[in-house]
Amino acid sequence: MAVEQTLTGAGEQTRIHNIGYRNYDGPRLGRAYARRSLFSQSLRGAYGLGRSAKSKVLPMLLFGVMCAPAAIMVAVTVTTKLKDLPLDYTRYAIVMQAVIGLYIASQGPQSVSRDLRFKTVPLYFSRPIERGDYVLAKYGAMASAMFILTAAPLFVLYIGALLAKLDFSDQTEGFLQGLISVALLSLLFAGIGLVISAVTPRRGFGIAAVIAVLTISYGAVSTLQAIAHAQGSDGAVVSWLGLFSPVTLIDGVQTAFLGATSAFPGGEGPSTGAGVVYLLVVLGLIAGCYGILMRRYRKVGL
Amino acid sequence: MYDPTVARLTYRALLGRRRALILFALPALLIVIAGAVRVLTGADDQVASDVLGGFALATMVPIIGVIAGTGAIGPEIDDGSVVYLLAKPVKRPTIIFTKLIVAIAVTMVFSAIPTFVAGLILNGNGQQIAVAYTVAALVASIAYAALFLLLGTVTRHAVVFGLVYALVWEALFGSLVAGARTLSVQQWSLAVAQKVAGGDLVTSDVGLPLATVLLAGVTVAATWYAGQKLRTLTLAGEE
Repeated sequence: MAVEQTLTGAGEQTRIHNIGYRNYDGPRLGRAYARRSLFSQSLRGAYGLGRSAKSKVLPMLLFGVMCAPAAIMVAVTVTTKLKDLPLDYTRYAIVMQAVIGLYIASQGPQSVSRDLRFKTVPLYFSRPIERGDYVLAKYGAMASAMFILTAAPLFVLYIGALLAKLDFSDQTEGFLQGLISVALLSLLFAGIGLVISAVTPRRGFGIAAVIAVLTISYGAVSTLQAIAHAQGSDGAVVSWLGLFSPVTLIDGVQTAFLGATSAFPGGEGPSTGAGVVYLLVVLGLIAGCYGILMRRYRKVGL
Repeated sequence: MYDPTVARLTYRALLGRRRALILFALPALLIVIAGAVRVLTGADDQVASDVLGGFALATMVPIIGVIAGTGAIGPEIDDGSVVYLLAKPVKRPTIIFTKLIVAIAVTMVFSAIPTFVAGLILNGNGQQIAVAYTVAALVASIAYAALFLLLGTVTRHAVVFGLVYALVWEALFGSLVAGARTLSVQQWSLAVAQKVAGGDLVTSDVGLPLATVLLAGVTVAATWYAGQKLRTLTLAGEE
């Protein structure tokens, strides 16, 4: 009885003392603001802005390497008065795929692995943002960074082509086709890169895994395509093989729908019918990557 | 010079968890491709040489070398746990040498054996092609492991630089600029393979004596410098 009394007595006496801190009663910026902030932070981080000088070196270097050939091509076109650009807009990303692969491999893990390793993900989720916001912001930021990387050289080419007084409507059409193709490529590569790096808290391992998936699949597919082509099998086998690596997928889609010439051996890409399958696979992969990321962040730890 | 405990820890770090997945996936893919090619074309010496040279030696061996070489020391330096190892009364060069042995062994097992198996599938070791490329993979494993182990001690971005060397320098510049080919582990090991195969199917731009000297030189120099580097290692904070 006595115990109970002291308990209830204590319950009445204890209170959290108001020691005079003022409550915040101004406007709350809310979820959308937090999501936008995370997006812009991640996008800036992908180019090393707002990070140490050392971490700016690699993305900026890759960006420079990506744009330099475009500038050289423009210079050549202007000085030698060519009738057309030496390289199609749609072909540019395919030729520069090694640089694009290195970029996503170095920046994808940087974007998500460090959050996992330093256990900052729970801190994000203690804010108003939810799982979907985090995934959307990170995916969006990575895809935008990739789009900047791949679209900038096309822009250089387009401006150069206009300065060289090449045919306006022709160039504009090619430029727009190129933009659509690199937008698809950015979404696809960003998805693949983020899914792989979201699995591991180790940055170095994430880099190796992303590169391995991109280059090995391309190497394997192009080797098989070259052999199938050399053996004289019809274009169908060659074009169906292209479904198995990200770069050849993009190549197939733009050959079928965006007026590109294929980089496949023999130069004949998928027909329109097969192109539909290509497009469906690309869109399915993008959606699948998003779905896997959503599943991945259902539980914050590993 | 060889410390069994360090070796055991390195093996566990390399083959444990998900890292082993990539190490198994790549050789499996090579063997699958070899099987597919064999079904598509039948036994053909030129095709076998192309697949082994283009895919196994040019792509798979360097990537496995990067994973094993940098993975032997990189993560430890990255998360700072290397201080516990360095604090033990073990000489720094001994640590490097032990880790090098482990990295070489792992690279060899995961690159040379699948190369040999793929060669057997492709053309049943006709004209010694399987053996030649296996020898090349073995030799390349040693040099790659030493190079990438050094990279692991020098920079935090060891994987990126290793991949830039393996993919951009050897594959891209190697095919465009003839001079770059003289400075590539791949060509040095091809020189050894050329000697083994004897025919015209395997060719290298570098002579055998020069290749041997360069291979040995790079391996020894990289190992020595990595040992020196570890003696004065500064643990950088997170960027």
